[in-house]
Amino acid sequence: MRLFNQFSLLINITRSHLIARRYFVVNGFDGALAMLGLLMGFYMSNQADLTTIISVCLGAAVALGMSGITSAYISEAAEKQRELKSLEEAMLSNLSQSAHGQAARIMPVIVAITNGLTPFMIALIIMLPLIISHWQPGLIKNPLEIATLLAFVIIFLLGVFLGRISGHFWLWSGIKTLFVALITTLIIFLLKPL
Amino acid sequence: MVKVKRLILDVLKPHQPNGLAFACTLAEKCPNCHIKYTVVEVDEQTETIILSIDGDNIQFEIIEEIISTMGASIHSIDEVEVIGSTSPA
Repeated sequence: MRLFNQFSLLINITRSHLIARRYFVVNGFDGALAMLGLLMGFYMSNQADLTTIISVCLGAAVALGMSGITSAYISEAAEKQRELKSLEEAMLSNLSQSAHGQAARIMPVIVAITNGLTPFMIALIIMLPLIISHWQPGLIKNPLEIATLLAFVIIFLLGVFLGRISGHFWLWSGIKTLFVALITTLIIFLLKPL
Repeated sequence: MVKVKRLILDVLKPHQPNGLAFACTLAEKCPNCHIKYTVVEVDEQTETIILSIDGDNIQFEIIEEIISTMGASIHSIDEVEVIGSTSPA
């Protein structure tokens, strides 16, 4: 309970939950759209086997995760250090041992983990039909199509989540993100002859 | 044995944690204390507050530590009320 209270205080000080929520949606959307692109590419090529598809998607998921963690940590740590320095100047005291100093050290890590894990987890969820089909051949008939459908569903749900945050009609918000996914798919289709 | 019954402190603090979180955290660490938080001046990044603390036996060291942990600093002790007692604590 004490740890929870301390954590709540750090979040309260830095307002990091808002940043983490923003990163969750932005990078989650990135992850889902990247997976959709890969799956559509494989679907169009019609040549790759399941092992290759899983390996490529997993590689992309790990890269998205690592990119999310490092980029968010570097930018958030710099931002929080700058804020701490500015506050120290205003307070005319060293705040490194205070909750503000602690928050400047811990919160970038929390935000970075959120930023990195979100696309990674979303990619894994989208890959589930492929993985299941690889482990138990015949259990899922069209794993590539189902994974693509799952990517569309997740993109729609992220839109719904955004709608709930902004207070707009959830269905309209979901349709908007779904529209982006459809445009992406269309572009991939159009690029097929290349 | 001297018991501190009342303290009025002039404190400079950052805007976060806000007044409610600040006062509640203090009250958690100082059970049976009555805490009054009054803002007297607000700047761009900081605010000056007057903390009025009433209790049976206020532990100033604990109050000072909590205030410092929340990034604030005590500017002055403006009012003190203590009771001297011959009986042990």
